[in-house]
Amino acid sequence: MTDRPPLHLAVALDGAGWHPAAWREPLARPGDLLTAGYWAGLVTEAEAGLLDFVTFEDSLSLQPMRRLEPDGATDQVRGRLDAVLIAARVAPLTRHIGLVPTVVVTHTEPFHISKAIATLDFVSGGRAGVRVRVSSRPDEAAHFGRRAVAVAEPRDAASLDTVTGLFGEAADYVEVIRRLWDSWEDDAEIRDVATGRFVDRGKLHYIDFEGRWFSVRGPSITPRPPQGQPPVAALAHSAVPYQLVARSADLGFVTPHDAGHAAQIVAEIRALEADAGRAGAGGTGWPGGPLEPRPGAAVLADLVVFLDEGAGVAAARRDRLDERWGRAYRSDAEIFAGTPGQLADLLLDWQAAGLGGYRLRPAALPHDLTQITRGLVPELQRRDAFRRGYEGSTLRQLLRLGRPASRYAA
Amino acid sequence: MTKPLKQVHLAAHFPGVNNTTVWSDPRSGSHIDFSSFAHLAQTAERAKMDFLFLAEGLRLREQNGLIYDLDVVGRPDTFTVLAALAAVTSHLGLAGTINSTFNEPYEVARQFASLDHLSGGRAAWNVVTSWDAFTGENFRRGGFLAQDQRYERARTFLATASELFDSWRGDEIVADSDSGVFLADPLAGSFAHHDAHFDISGQFNVPRSPQGRPVIFQAGDSGDGREFAAECADAICSRHGTLGEGQAFYADVKGRLARHGRTPDQLLILPAATFILGDTDSDAAQEARAVRRQQVSGQTAIKLAEQLWNRDLSGYDPDGPLPEIDPDPGENTIARGRASVRMHRDPVAVARQWRERAAAGNLSMREVIIEVTGRQSFIGSAATIAESINALVQADASDGFILVPHITPGGLDDFAGQVVPLLQERGVYRTEYTGRTLRDHLGLAPHPAAQRAGEAS
Repeated sequence: MTDRPPLHLAVALDGAGWHPAAWREPLARPGDLLTAGYWAGLVTEAEAGLLDFVTFEDSLSLQPMRRLEPDGATDQVRGRLDAVLIAARVAPLTRHIGLVPTVVVTHTEPFHISKAIATLDFVSGGRAGVRVRVSSRPDEAAHFGRRAVAVAEPRDAASLDTVTGLFGEAADYVEVIRRLWDSWEDDAEIRDVATGRFVDRGKLHYIDFEGRWFSVRGPSITPRPPQGQPPVAALAHSAVPYQLVARSADLGFVTPHDAGHAAQIVAEIRALEADAGRAGAGGTGWPGGPLEPRPGAAVLADLVVFLDEGAGVAAARRDRLDERWGRAYRSDAEIFAGTPGQLADLLLDWQAAGLGGYRLRPAALPHDLTQITRGLVPELQRRDAFRRGYEGSTLRQLLRLGRPASRYAA
Repeated sequence: MTKPLKQVHLAAHFPGVNNTTVWSDPRSGSHIDFSSFAHLAQTAERAKMDFLFLAEGLRLREQNGLIYDLDVVGRPDTFTVLAALAAVTSHLGLAGTINSTFNEPYEVARQFASLDHLSGGRAAWNVVTSWDAFTGENFRRGGFLAQDQRYERARTFLATASELFDSWRGDEIVADSDSGVFLADPLAGSFAHHDAHFDISGQFNVPRSPQGRPVIFQAGDSGDGREFAAECADAICSRHGTLGEGQAFYADVKGRLARHGRTPDQLLILPAATFILGDTDSDAAQEARAVRRQQVSGQTAIKLAEQLWNRDLSGYDPDGPLPEIDPDPGENTIARGRASVRMHRDPVAVARQWRERAAAGNLSMREVIIEVTGRQSFIGSAATIAESINALVQADASDGFILVPHITPGGLDDFAGQVVPLLQERGVYRTEYTGRTLRDHLGLAPHPAAQRAGEAS
């Protein structure tokens, strides 16, 4: 192995793939998208490719293309399953790969999500993570009826307040779920027959969080997860979400369009981390207390990938899918169309920008996933740039994160 | 012509957060590791049971202002563990208790519809309501619900969730790759519900699941609870497992169905039942007494008495007599977050009954509490237990039982191996699953496909 830091590779799973017309491809299984077998197949393939983790997309509305409102479209995948439950359903069928569902933090209860992710960690033997996302959509707010969400337009000052508020709530939400994960010390369960005590209540802690959007007393009803602190991830495109990554997350998914851009984003996040008193590198865990140094977030770049062997084949497939879709597919992430070898070149080139790795978005499932696991991964292994076997049994271990003690432990 | 034999329904409950579990027994396993849940689920499935049932936790229980530490503490999230159990079972129903207070219908409906998809149609929902501010301290809205509104809340939450489940007919996804039409109806999932509790509208994002909606369980015993069950539930997890009480409850609840346009076979009565299985009846009786003493230690007896007396009794000796004083009147504040404290409607009268029992048997506080806080439903050899279960079902005291082992995860193994075959031999219990969904196992007709309002059938 070279002295390059390890490359982390994840795959973002959503429907039939990230291209809106992917469901029409010959290998697609658009009638199976709501079955356990479909998701189990994808995740076991990803695990065969030795990937660090998979993410599962989710939202509190039908998958829309328009940013803020339903689009009434009938030509894309519509309908989805709860991501935490997909992750739990495939957990017993896998052994090494991390499982990172998306949860929406704007209308849901942090107490419920905390125990759900802790339980995912138990049923997977320590492989759970969670990607938090906010909801700025009025239609999602109307599904709950508890609050109105002001429509956020880009470059509008009032909207910046709205967005800042949503991410402020997200930061509080992450703080609550982390405190709840710590609210049971690791050895709280004592089963002490002599004194008749199942638990040592001195090792159970109220979290007493009081915030603008919610207050939570605690403790959790679920014991401390196997990983202690399942990794928290967030997707970020700009300053406000970079702040969430810097202050609250273990993983940041970002969307650079070239190596220089990647370097800028990493620098911005590191600067925000420094402001927050968070060390940029080193450290072995999350020792607790807001002023103690902790390792910087691992910053992964998102890329949509069309992968095929042979010159021009992937680009041609992309064109064909765009034609079926009726227009060019555009993404918040950079779109790559080429061979696995060419992608390997790009990944290793951009890595020097300070990226911890990549979250690849397969344009079409299962095709682009198998190109990753059977094309890209072997190529990276040949270059000594990727693992040849799983070196740890928890997601924190794969991400080279230590296991922190509870912040409440004496 | 003799009446045809009723089929016995059996299910399994993974207990924990109460004093049923004898956690001090060396055979007692983890209440949080997935392997424990998988073990019990797979035992139940091998025994062709209808479902596995889980309760729910929203706040650690407290007594005298301190976290209660004598019973099992700590449990997994219900939805998450049921989804994982779907991966290690193929036919067993997966029933979870999910409250209708500290949740919103859109999210709960998505989770049940997803669980139903991910299990091939095996999801069930035990609808409960919490209202206390103590529990509310963990949630956004705090304690917002008045106690006397709890059935209204449950009813409207369930009605709203049902509208969400029915918002997809099941034929909207055509996924025609040639024409490019994925969704035949752009309005799929449309819904609107506006009342005092929920003011919501939009499109539900989970298409119709295999059962259409989860099987609905209900567990309340009051008149309101029974009426709610008669109106909305497919099964009741009841508390009445003896012949007389069971028959009375059964007749009462089934008698309410016609008013709601339903027939008796559309609502199953399934009491919870504990058991002690022995080689002989007298072995089992001896074991039963020993288990009760393990479940109710001296310390536990004091705690249970405090829940009735609504005051600190730590100065009392559990091997001495019951307190002479009457229970403290008013709202029960000694124990928080525990369902059972709501059961004592007339604490003074109950205390008097306990004293009478103690006097009649010359019993100490601990001994009388062991007697009055429940004995095992079935005690005996396999043949005795099988006979008792069958007799109760044939006599319409129940339609079956939800078995609650006091040792987890292995406490159902012997029952599955010894009692179930006897029921199978009598022809009153399935030898194979004949269907794939939980509705199939419970003998319930498929839920009718919804029609969009205004359309012809």
